[in-house]
Amino acid sequence: MPKLTINGKEIEVPAGTNLIEAARRLGVEVPHYCYHPGLSIAGQCRLCMVDIEKTPRPTIACNTLAADGMVVDTETDRVRETRKSIMEFHLINHPLDCPVCDQAGECWLQIYYMKHGLYDPRMTDEKVHKPKAVPLGPHVMLDAERCILCSRCVRFCDEITHTGELGIFSRGDHSEIGLFPGQELDNKYSANVVDICPVGALTDRDFRFQVRVWYLDSAKSVCPGCARGCNIEVHVNRRRPHHNEGRRVARLKPRFNADVNRWWLCDAGRYGFTPVDATDRLLVPTRRDGEATTAATWDEAIAAVAAALRRWPADEIGVIASPKMANEDLMALRRVLEARAIRHVGFAVPSREPGDQDDFLIRADKSPNSLGAELVGLGGDARPVLAAASGRRLKCLWIFGHDLFGSGWPEADVREALGAVDTLIFTGANANRTSARAHWVLPAAAWVEREGTYTNFEGRVQRFRQAVEPLGQALPEWQMLGRVLTALGAAPTATRAEHWFRELVGAVPAFAGLTYQAVGDTGRLVTRDVPARA
Amino acid sequence: MSGEAILTRNFARSDSHTLSVYRETGGYQAWAKAQAMEPAAILEEVKRSNLRGLGGAGFPTGTKWSFIPKNHAGPVYLVINADEGEPGTFKDRYLLERDPHALIEGMLIAARAVRCATAFVYIRGEYVEPWRRFTAAVREAYEARYLGNGFDIVVHRGAGAYICGEETGLISSLEGKKGWPKLKPPFPAIKGAFGAPTVVNNVETICQVPHILNRGAEWFAGLGTKTQGGTRMYSVSGRVARPAVYEAPVSITLRQLIYERAGGVTGNGKLKAVVPGGSSAAILAAHEIDVTMDVDGLRNAGTMAGSAGVIVMDETVSIPEALMVVARFYAHESCGQCTPCRESTGWIYKMTRRIVERKGRKEDLDTILDVAKRGAGTTICAFYDGAVGPYISYIEKFRGEFEALVPK
Repeated sequence: MPKLTINGKEIEVPAGTNLIEAARRLGVEVPHYCYHPGLSIAGQCRLCMVDIEKTPRPTIACNTLAADGMVVDTETDRVRETRKSIMEFHLINHPLDCPVCDQAGECWLQIYYMKHGLYDPRMTDEKVHKPKAVPLGPHVMLDAERCILCSRCVRFCDEITHTGELGIFSRGDHSEIGLFPGQELDNKYSANVVDICPVGALTDRDFRFQVRVWYLDSAKSVCPGCARGCNIEVHVNRRRPHHNEGRRVARLKPRFNADVNRWWLCDAGRYGFTPVDATDRLLVPTRRDGEATTAATWDEAIAAVAAALRRWPADEIGVIASPKMANEDLMALRRVLEARAIRHVGFAVPSREPGDQDDFLIRADKSPNSLGAELVGLGGDARPVLAAASGRRLKCLWIFGHDLFGSGWPEADVREALGAVDTLIFTGANANRTSARAHWVLPAAAWVEREGTYTNFEGRVQRFRQAVEPLGQALPEWQMLGRVLTALGAAPTATRAEHWFRELVGAVPAFAGLTYQAVGDTGRLVTRDVPARA
Repeated sequence: MSGEAILTRNFARSDSHTLSVYRETGGYQAWAKAQAMEPAAILEEVKRSNLRGLGGAGFPTGTKWSFIPKNHAGPVYLVINADEGEPGTFKDRYLLERDPHALIEGMLIAARAVRCATAFVYIRGEYVEPWRRFTAAVREAYEARYLGNGFDIVVHRGAGAYICGEETGLISSLEGKKGWPKLKPPFPAIKGAFGAPTVVNNVETICQVPHILNRGAEWFAGLGTKTQGGTRMYSVSGRVARPAVYEAPVSITLRQLIYERAGGVTGNGKLKAVVPGGSSAAILAAHEIDVTMDVDGLRNAGTMAGSAGVIVMDETVSIPEALMVVARFYAHESCGQCTPCRESTGWIYKMTRRIVERKGRKEDLDTILDVAKRGAGTTICAFYDGAVGPYISYIEKFRGEFEALVPK
């Protein structure tokens, strides 16, 4: 392990660490554009210059590996002057259109100009003009004039997705990013280029012009789109409700997790948040009597559900839980099931089309918590529950989230099963054809409206935090289940999701020793051999 | 001082490019000799000859060869840079057209020295006739079994970019990529073409090698100065009576070259300035031409031998216009990879053009100088430093001429 000195401080780093990363470990920021830790070294922006003892002139830090005894200074006068010059070069042909640029507020040209530039502009000649507002694909828009040609997007498509749609065309100051002939930037991870673009050249067609970034609030979260559980940030617009077409969630951004998704997020997950602000959200508890649907209070709904669970013998009650529910919800549900000794339980409902999977992030299982549901002990295949209902062995069926009509089960089977029970209860965030047939509908908070944990396919327990308030009267499932449990005679316990997590830790050995604090921002593996899963 | 013609000895013969003429005049004898020598002995001979690269950088050739790892398991490549594109330089085209077998024989010997089995010759796309002549010679060499016995030559044509004459830009282009120079380290000798150890040499450099083996390192070293052996080919153009390629020992002075070989200055007959080593070399004023034309002589004079392209300007030539033309060239040819070069070559061209169009401002000259000095030494390859040579020297040495164009 080479030991070197940076700005007078000694540090030992693993062999193969470059000077940008070595400095980062000391809290020293070396400004850079083209360097990205997930991509190959390009060394072309020339901003990351540092002084190395016995080297005649400043050297780029990205392509210099830490060596034993190296003495590095990132803040000499000549390094500062060089940075200032490089900033000027980056900006002479830049349109300086920050007031209408989506990147403003999170643009590294703005940030570094303020930190390292602050020169008096000297460029008075006509700037080079290039194509603007060019759609590269379904999600990404290019403004070639704003581009600083760092080539991160090109390297992403070459090295990460291996799809190679992008290249740099022409020469000199007429160079521009573009698509190879006949290509479209439509790979499954295309929008990551927007994240890694340090400037406003590549913008998100969904987010563009919706809301200025400084009005956004952010919460650390986990993508619920598949069993990978990519770490994300949920960016919400609370402060300018009249912007963003009334949507509260403005965008999802990948959050670095070395063990899960590194810097990346698939497009399906990134744009999978639309149900949160969709018009089909369930807002209040409702009861249906024949064709008539009326709103109810939570007290009425909880009492009615508890009454139904008490009224029928346990073996005439079925529950189809959801692998999209958090561990905390599943634990609360388990306690309800235990209170009434309900045994017709399952959570796995086949999807109509097999889910796509690749060798990178995307998993075929489109639920974030199948392993959690399994570990908590909520059965598995839900088909026997459906069969019991069809066989008129169930009087009460409680379905969480699923639209059974949209599942891989034949519609006729579903219709027959749902029609055969006396009391159909539905809990979920969005209306669907299954909820439309329910006698009682309990509106659930969407994942961004609450906190909890998911257990991904590798057994990693990961926390997601609340970003916005629940819509209407929606409640997290753990909360409504806790109220049902109280109505069934148990003493009220949990007032926060974390309480249910503690309950889970005590009840399920795989979770032993875990706490919210231990799970932290990057997750913790459950302690058992995770069964191999397809 | 005229000296013996070595590289150009057969140029006057109309069939000098054929194998029969090459053999008649001693061709492939050096190769016969080299085959009896150990690779290390060939390398040592070239080192002692003080042969220095004649493409531009002037790096000692034997030293360059010695960087190739000795016991490398995979292939080692020899790449000949025939992408002659430095403005004012046209010597390699003469060699390719008039003595292509000298290059082939030099390659055979160099390949033996670095244990290379496949070599590439990257020929500038615009060089159609040199390419025809050279490929015909390669065919002859295959038929005569000089090639194909464990050593092959692949001829590759460029597509018209100056930057592909830069050693690693050339390698990128040869590999089928955009002709962008590569980050160093790693250097080509360790990781060059297709990831293999690679030597890149200029055409003229390799054409010297057979003569070194035939007549000895001492003889070759004795032709030049203490630090550079041999003769080289000077491309003399511009306002001279006889623009042409002249072969001369590197100890010749610029004055001798212009007045004794090229017949003196035309135009108004009075010398104003000379670019001694291709467009990237700093310009010399009329009083600075008593300088020897070797690598170190010109370096000591604040310029460089470069590709030995000598561009002569008489007093009627406008230096600001000349700089604008040069600046336009560098703006057009910058590959666009590194920010300082990509952005400032275009900016500096716009400023020089404005000055020539009499729309300049007083501060423009200092801005050009400041921008050039700030960008110098900050890029991956030497292209930008090559542009900085003229930017700074033209303005600093002829500032009055520029200022006269700025409206009062």
